[in-house]
Amino acid sequence: MEKKIGEVLLNVDHISLAFGGVKALTDICFSIREKEVFAIIGPNGAGKTSMLNVINGFYHPQEGEITYKGVHRKQMKSHDAAVQGIARTFQNVALFKGMSTLDNIMTGRIIHMKRNLFWQACYLGPARKEEMQNREYVEDIIDFLEIQAIRRTPVGRLPYGLQKRVELGRALAMEPDLLLLDEPMAGMNIEEKQDMCRFVLDVNDQYGTTIALIEHDMGVVMDISDKVVVLDYGKKLAEGTPDEIRGNQTVIDAYLGVTSANK
Amino acid sequence: MEILTTIFIQPFFDMAGDPILFLQVIWEGFVTGILYSLIAFGFVLIFKASGVFNFAQGIMVVFAALTLVGLHENGIPAYIALPITILVMYVLAFSVERLVLRPLVNQPDIILFMATIGLTFFLIGFGEFIFGGEPKIMITEELLLPYDSITFFDDMLILQEIDIAASIIAALALIFLALFLGKTKIGVALRAVADDHQAALSVGISLNTIWVVVWFISGIIALITGIMWGAKSDVSFALSIIAFKALPVLILGGFTSVRGAIVGGLIIGIGEKIGEFYWGDLVGGSIEGWLAYMIALVFLFFRPQGLFGEKIIERV
Repeated sequence: MEKKIGEVLLNVDHISLAFGGVKALTDICFSIREKEVFAIIGPNGAGKTSMLNVINGFYHPQEGEITYKGVHRKQMKSHDAAVQGIARTFQNVALFKGMSTLDNIMTGRIIHMKRNLFWQACYLGPARKEEMQNREYVEDIIDFLEIQAIRRTPVGRLPYGLQKRVELGRALAMEPDLLLLDEPMAGMNIEEKQDMCRFVLDVNDQYGTTIALIEHDMGVVMDISDKVVVLDYGKKLAEGTPDEIRGNQTVIDAYLGVTSANK
Repeated sequence: MEILTTIFIQPFFDMAGDPILFLQVIWEGFVTGILYSLIAFGFVLIFKASGVFNFAQGIMVVFAALTLVGLHENGIPAYIALPITILVMYVLAFSVERLVLRPLVNQPDIILFMATIGLTFFLIGFGEFIFGGEPKIMITEELLLPYDSITFFDDMLILQEIDIAASIIAALALIFLALFLGKTKIGVALRAVADDHQAALSVGISLNTIWVVVWFISGIIALITGIMWGAKSDVSFALSIIAFKALPVLILGGFTSVRGAIVGGLIIGIGEKIGEFYWGDLVGGSIEGWLAYMIALVFLFFRPQGLFGEKIIERV
């Protein structure tokens, strides 16, 4: 079945980011299209996470421009990015450890709660109805991710693989248009990886969410992505379909390492 | 031998011998305690949301009370002065966020702590500049607070009506805040911020808004405490000292626990009154000033994280 890939959702144009004298990203350009599964790969320290942080507004690049949903933006605060539909997960799970699975996922609905404080404080009328709707949405996600059994457990007590799943759930609860996943499968065993792959593909398919992910497992990347961009030392090495990347000599060199004698 | 009896046995005989007096002492302690709870609540709220220990909490109590009384002295009736004071506390919260917290975001905690000390001195100077430094009398009557006393058991037990009002208002405020923090979107957001700043940002919570809300709530709490405490003594800068009584309360209850602030406040309040009344004479009286710190110190030996604080376990 051929997937329908749409218009450009996010365009990254000549982005450069430096911390003091350290250049994290240099002159990066690429674009992510609607409904695409877009992978960012590269060796450690290549600037992959920095790239995600730029996209969701944690970092502000010194140069370059980002266009999201056709709107240029110079500086964007991360909570504005969230409101406009960019959700993310983190490399080392950033959940609210003291709260239950349900509450964690519920925080993803905060941007969708519109009723004013007075109604909420009284827990009456419209606020109640709204809460019910949000609750339903969260329950759907819990079903979808097959985590019914742990909905009341404080997430700090959950094993790592499940925490990653809850984090995905929280991001999904935001009903994002663009979902950024920072190493969603790191530290997982084969079965957990397979589950996660299934979830990522299902999200992409059922909710029509555009996904940009960072991953080190090449098997996974080549299997699930529509497009891959390769970074190394903050520069873009290559961009293309998984097949093109597999055959790209520069990429192979960057990953395997090349001594000057071989050149 | 005799000294042991006077320390360990005699006081309990005194308590059992005159239960009504004992009740009176507990009541006095309870009223003080619930006000400590309120102040501690203000600390906990700010500490949870921004990791800052707000040194200025005590001076905010004075500043709020001073603004209220000062406005009234300048001929503004109480029912207008009160909303204006609330507005002033909002402006204060907003300015603190804009001028102090935002420029210092991501700085080490100690820097933020220093900034709140700076804020303390600013508020002292600013308050004195506008309303003058001399002690003022709280406008109890104009605020429709009762000032009679009720007696029970043939005048043996005397309850000041203002104390009763203070307890009821403080209890209502605590219940309302607990509900507010449990049920509303801001409450959920606040808990999220307390847990993880970055994750909170990523789900679209604005830290700046949360900070303003939290400082505003603390300001309102300061105002309530200021009115109640001001009615019991008077409104002067010395009042800010009571905020330091919140420290042992926080050590007892745990810096991050709302429940701890309430229970801790009551334990300290009642504990120091009983200590003062039954044991105070042994060392020449007025141990009320430091007993709270002693209780907290003893607690630190056994539960360094406080009654309800989270135990910190570091994985090596």
